[in-house]
Amino acid sequence: MIRFEDVTFSYDGADRPTLDHVDLVVGEGELCVVVGPTGSGKTTLLRAVNGLVPHFTGGRLSGEVLVDGRSTREFPPRELADVVGMVGQNPAASFVTDVVEDELAYTMENLGLDPAVMRRRVEDALDLLGLHDLRYRPLGTLSGGQQQRVAIGAVLTASPRVLVLDEPTSALDPAAAEEVLASLTRLVHDLGLTVLLAEHRLERVLPFADSVVLVPGGGGRLNVGPAAEVMVDAPVAPPLVELGRLAGWDPLPLSVRDARRLVSPLRDRLVGAVPPRTVPVPDGPAVARLDRVTVRFGDVTALDGCDLEFRAGEVVAVMGRNGSGKSTLLGQLAGVRGPTSGRVQVAGQDPTGLSPRDLVARVGLVPQDAGLLLYGDSVAAECRGADHDTGLDAGTTAAVLERILPGLPADRHPRDLSEGQRLALALAVVLAPAPPLLLLDEPTRGLDYPAKARLVTLLGDLAAAGHAVVMATHDVELVARVATRGVVLAEGEVVADGPARDVVCQSPVFAPQVAKVLAPDPWLTVDEVRTALEVGAVRG
Amino acid sequence: MSRPTLAGPGRRGLHPGAWWLWAACLAGAASRTTNPILLLLLGAVVLYVAAARRTDAPWSRSIVVFLRLGLVVILIRVVLVIVFGNRLPGHVLFTLPHVPLPSWAAGVSIGGPVTAEAVLAAVVQGLRLAVVLVCFGAANSLASPYRLLRCLPAVLYEAGVAITVALSFAPELVMAITDVRAARRLRGRPVRGLAGLRGTAVPVLERALDRSLQLASSMDARGYGRRVAVARGVRRTATGATAGGLLLVVAGVYGVLVAGSLPGGGIPFVAVGAVLVGAGLATGGRRTNRTRYRPDPWGLPEWLVVGSGVVALTSLVVSGVLGVPGLEYVLSPLRPPTLPVAAAVGILVGLVPAWAAPVERTAPVTRVTPRTRPTDGAVPGAPAPVVTPTVVRGRTVA
Repeated sequence: MIRFEDVTFSYDGADRPTLDHVDLVVGEGELCVVVGPTGSGKTTLLRAVNGLVPHFTGGRLSGEVLVDGRSTREFPPRELADVVGMVGQNPAASFVTDVVEDELAYTMENLGLDPAVMRRRVEDALDLLGLHDLRYRPLGTLSGGQQQRVAIGAVLTASPRVLVLDEPTSALDPAAAEEVLASLTRLVHDLGLTVLLAEHRLERVLPFADSVVLVPGGGGRLNVGPAAEVMVDAPVAPPLVELGRLAGWDPLPLSVRDARRLVSPLRDRLVGAVPPRTVPVPDGPAVARLDRVTVRFGDVTALDGCDLEFRAGEVVAVMGRNGSGKSTLLGQLAGVRGPTSGRVQVAGQDPTGLSPRDLVARVGLVPQDAGLLLYGDSVAAECRGADHDTGLDAGTTAAVLERILPGLPADRHPRDLSEGQRLALALAVVLAPAPPLLLLDEPTRGLDYPAKARLVTLLGDLAAAGHAVVMATHDVELVARVATRGVVLAEGEVVADGPARDVVCQSPVFAPQVAKVLAPDPWLTVDEVRTALEVGAVRG
Repeated sequence: MSRPTLAGPGRRGLHPGAWWLWAACLAGAASRTTNPILLLLLGAVVLYVAAARRTDAPWSRSIVVFLRLGLVVILIRVVLVIVFGNRLPGHVLFTLPHVPLPSWAAGVSIGGPVTAEAVLAAVVQGLRLAVVLVCFGAANSLASPYRLLRCLPAVLYEAGVAITVALSFAPELVMAITDVRAARRLRGRPVRGLAGLRGTAVPVLERALDRSLQLASSMDARGYGRRVAVARGVRRTATGATAGGLLLVVAGVYGVLVAGSLPGGGIPFVAVGAVLVGAGLATGGRRTNRTRYRPDPWGLPEWLVVGSGVVALTSLVVSGVLGVPGLEYVLSPLRPPTLPVAAAVGILVGLVPAWAAPVERTAPVTRVTPRTRPTDGAVPGAPAPVVTPTVVRGRTVA
């Protein structure tokens, strides 16, 4: 269905090709996952499928990309719209219309489908993706996860034969992600849809994958094959695969179910080892508090009487399904807007009343669209600007960036970075001045596992140094590794608040993979298991 | 399938074309008078209707921006008149020191006596422009430009996209400014004053430009501008007819303007050219086979809304043709403006949409109960719920 024949592609002005002699065949009805480190060229590979690369990006492409027998050389993206549906990394940027229903119908209108057919397919898509209540909503008022589902629905309605998705689940809560992936699998099974998707949250997609394409980055050769084989030595691996490598399982399990069948020897080795105790919530001084805070937008209540206190030394994970008020909560703490009623205090003051200079000394927020924070015309200029703004020593921000994502080209324009690289830069800009309260909205979107691990270390260090970190996230693996306290929001209300270990272990929706495999023992991460095994080996 | 009626189950409030025509009529009416009472009345009518019928959609806020813009226009005009002086004779309010200018700047003067007449004239002219701006803002608020575009026939669709991108620039810009200001605050950079303005302008423009590029690639990926296979001959004829027709129209207009340069005063050229352009567009339109999803119906409310606008416009045009006194505000001798009753009544008819137009919905009429309404998966001790991603609430921070 998709065939790359000796494809080499380099962006204008790049000194080495992003794709180097790529040969790839994805068969009909296959669900193929593209994995690779941050900035390795996954997005470029995906965008080449419908010809956006090079028709819209410029650059030089040699070789041939064939989709359903049509070459992207002769057919521009618009002529492939009936065959390839493309969902980009930032769904909001791909919206053409302004209301959900119109957006779902847009591609069909261009293809000239019969109005009756369009009507039915729109209704089907609304049901399939649970969008019924949003059908007349302006797109600008949707939450990140809702936008993601609309974007997927908008290409599905045209019933393409190939679906290309760039990080389709990174903005979704675990349950919604599973729902979307389940619908994709259904389409693959029932309609023979071919799906090519890139994803960093491999724990979510690998159980559904037929094959895996590993893009090593730096123009290295692609490694294509069945998921269990490719993942054996892939530089990016979900916790389940790492656990499998640690325990020496062969073939590698890709789903929790597979792993549970293999787990008994490991369980025996862990007998007697004590899972780490619940980390006590640090008892530092309060950095910020919300008193009965309610926030309404029109007749939508985003936060409903929230009482929360954040203390120094805490890493708080705010979880909850899409649109449950997580981003609004962070926005309140950063003084982006004031509450409808109630009181928000950061370091004893109302954050909306602070001047920008005073604000940045108390609170740092990385918003969901991290690119908003970046104005420089190169990575180096951005870092210099951040140092200057907050009166840091020259090079501080660059050093923080180097800790999160080493080797980012300093002369690159932030716009030309990959989504994950941009996020890393924004994180560096906000983390460098080390404000007492750090707010991170989805801080791992587009980051690979090594970068995530470095971020975890950095956040741990900051918390140990007495900073309070509050992050809104759907990434349960991140929560398992770094959070000390978990807060779950639903419909704007706090429904759970307690030690992170308890909060994630008590709910199958939020439980990390390792916990699912080793349940009922409350192990959360591979590192915990590894340490326990090593201690056991020394003892034995 | 029966056509959705006025209060039918569709979301559609009023046909967007009706809103834009109504607003255009009122803007046209504003350009026919300089009577401040009539202008204020027009502004009030437009604002009232917009306030009564706008939704909570993001683009609905654009009227506020246009209102502010209008006030700025009035202010600028007054300041310019005071500084550079419009030497209308009359009641001197105060005198600014006269700044002598070099001889090459003859005709320009700075300072001097400022008369009440001059200031009033500036206010009235600014007011007229402000009312036109508010009309445009109201149209933007009540029906997003994109919805207007959907109603264009396929032939004009592609030209319409250019117009829509231009029209949607204003609301996009408003949203970009909000985002960038919030983000600058988070970086600890000034958002007010000159430094704030300078720091905001560049990223806002950059974002707007980025957004257009992304929009273009997204539209392309989703099939915008697809062509139906048409014989090359037909295609060439269509292009030729359009281009040739346009040339003829240009030549004809020249003939109309410069008497005696072309036979028939150029009018035959314009006529033939127009026919050719029309034919070319119609043939070219066959190359796109766009269809329309749930087209907006045009019914009684639409006729009422457009009719009310036409009545307002006609009342002013007719009053003007009949030479009704008071339509033009005469500044000398200086006295309060009079009120031409017929024109004022006509303008008040423009209020009809505040009742005649159905309100646009942003939520479905019949609320379907979600398949499962989980309390939440994370309540300690709760059994594993089947969570559906049916989310009703929520917005992003911005």
